[in-house]
Amino acid sequence: MKVHMVAAINAALKQEMQKDPSVMCLGEDIGVNGGVFRVTDKLQEEFGKDRVVDTPLAEAGIVGASIGLALGGMKPIPEIQFSGFSYQAFHHIKQHMARFRQRTHNTMHLPMVLRAPCSGGIRALEHHSESPEAFFIHCQGIKVVMPSGPYDAKGLLISAIRDPDPVVFLEPKKIYRSFKEEVPEEEYTLELGKAKLVKEGKDVTIITWGAMLKVVEAAAELCKDVDLEIIDLRTLWPYDMETLVKSTNKTGRVVVVQEATRACSLASDIAANLQERCILKLEAPIERVSAWDIPFPHFALENYFLPNPQRVLKSIRKVREF
Amino acid sequence: MSIEEKGQFSVHYVQVMDKDGNIDMTLHPNLDESKIKELYHLMMLLRVMDEKCFNLQRSGKIGTYAQTRGQEASEVGSAFALEERDWVVPSFREMGVFIVRGVDKAKLIQGWNGDTRAFANPDGAHNLPLSIPIASQLLHAVGLAWAAKLQKKDEVVMVYFGDGATSEGDFHEAMNFAGVYKLPIVFFNQNNQWAISTPRTIQTATQTIAQKAIAYGFEGVQVDGNDVLGVYRITKEAIEKARRGEGPTLIEALTFRMGDHTTSDDAAKYRDPALVEEWKQKDPLLRLEKYFQKKGTWSDEYKNWVVSTVTKEVEDAVAAGLSVEAPSYEQLFDDVFAEKPWCLVEQQQQLKEELEGKKE
Repeated sequence: MKVHMVAAINAALKQEMQKDPSVMCLGEDIGVNGGVFRVTDKLQEEFGKDRVVDTPLAEAGIVGASIGLALGGMKPIPEIQFSGFSYQAFHHIKQHMARFRQRTHNTMHLPMVLRAPCSGGIRALEHHSESPEAFFIHCQGIKVVMPSGPYDAKGLLISAIRDPDPVVFLEPKKIYRSFKEEVPEEEYTLELGKAKLVKEGKDVTIITWGAMLKVVEAAAELCKDVDLEIIDLRTLWPYDMETLVKSTNKTGRVVVVQEATRACSLASDIAANLQERCILKLEAPIERVSAWDIPFPHFALENYFLPNPQRVLKSIRKVREF
Repeated sequence: MSIEEKGQFSVHYVQVMDKDGNIDMTLHPNLDESKIKELYHLMMLLRVMDEKCFNLQRSGKIGTYAQTRGQEASEVGSAFALEERDWVVPSFREMGVFIVRGVDKAKLIQGWNGDTRAFANPDGAHNLPLSIPIASQLLHAVGLAWAAKLQKKDEVVMVYFGDGATSEGDFHEAMNFAGVYKLPIVFFNQNNQWAISTPRTIQTATQTIAQKAIAYGFEGVQVDGNDVLGVYRITKEAIEKARRGEGPTLIEALTFRMGDHTTSDDAAKYRDPALVEEWKQKDPLLRLEKYFQKKGTWSDEYKNWVVSTVTKEVEDAVAAGLSVEAPSYEQLFDDVFAEKPWCLVEQQQQLKEELEGKKE
């Protein structure tokens, strides 16, 4: 059945809750209201108020309590309504969520998935559009996942819920309802830590994730003379180095496209790793296409801030012709 | 226009045994004398262990240490009221709680010596490891209590924190969640009146910490934190209430940090020595000794026996704790994730080559 990403995520939550009574969702407005994006629509009707919980408006409370719930035998899926408000809970993410397994030498761990809508492009208010993946990667001890569409969202979320490590699951809100994909009704998993080869090619490797995959595909339409190899990272940390190295060694030309800002970003880390590993195969400096290193602007100016197909195209041409 | 009264609230202060060891028999917690002797024994064990740890830090044998001196009644009396299946969620100044919970004392020494293998919990004991970020543990305790309630487990959670923690947002979010979901939790505030150099009066303008519970829809009570019988009684009541499904309680145990904040601190810089002298008169061990004297169940031989017994116990623990072989660098990369990702495998190898001087 063809569905939007919101429906695919809803189906993943529903199926995992049916399967495992310890799985529960908690967050602001996720129950009766079904979440501000309706991701948890009708889940409270099916599973009751104890398993789909409307919480007080307190992000640290939601994440901190989820840590305790996980230690007490539940599998909590806390939702932070917008990832830009995850900073109100950041001390729990950094100081505890990322550290419990190591602190207790593998005798206590936190099977939990922190879900949060992320990224821009929907003309939202301040703080509602950020791409904060690098913060979570920098916590050391958390897996970070970002789907690029409905099919991936369902399989990756089911994998995340079953994963023994804490996962931050970032959902690009621009693609919640922007397109549909065929999504199997039955449950399925997509292995965390594995990238997806979206399109094979021999000239230039494009590495991207989240909502930027559509931007990259639009750029590809504008340069049919270049045989692009497109990789969707899927899991942002720990990412699939093997696939990236293999492709880089093949094409020798790489563009990393991210919606996040550039300094100390995932794109920077990927570029550094690839040049360390593939320098003799590289035919051009690795290009990073990203947002600018400024606070996410108010939406009147967001189109100048977000990477677009033309910006990606320019970098493709640059590495191709270097 | 109309004005109507929406409620009246009050907060009680409870003391069962005064500083001279006199007991208000109407408030006696019905502990028999052998149990009261056990409390004394545990408090002395904590005091001796605490002094030992302080000395070990001063002689460079362990790292920074947070002293418990003066807080023996508060820690021992509260933990004594718990069942084994109940959860303890500590801050970082609760060695007395760990001792009552039967945690291996050699492990406590090992932990203060920077070796987190001491925090491993292979037997699944219901104690969380100590938590350094002030007040953050309160929310973990809330989650544990919530999990117990959802899974219908007969477990109560007791969470420890200081007066400084009540200024953090996490304290308020935790109290709020606990009230809203009516969780089986006891918030045990050790108001030792100092957060490093900051006195309680700078933390809050309220008359008590206990009254903060009222704003979250449950009961708060202040107890003389140097009165072990009072602490035990109030905590036991709060635990039983939680166990009956009647929700949380905030207990403010009014005590005093006799030592510095940690071994890295010097309280003489900010605290009037006269105040410390004043609190010496309210010492929790001295008070019990006076009680036993009045009862006629006290002798110097008994005290000597207790002191020598616990001293031997502490010496053995220290010897065992300090003789543990230092952890290997190889475990540095373990347990960050359930399975080691490629980046950690690579970096572990890099460190190994660096240390073993492997040539290219």
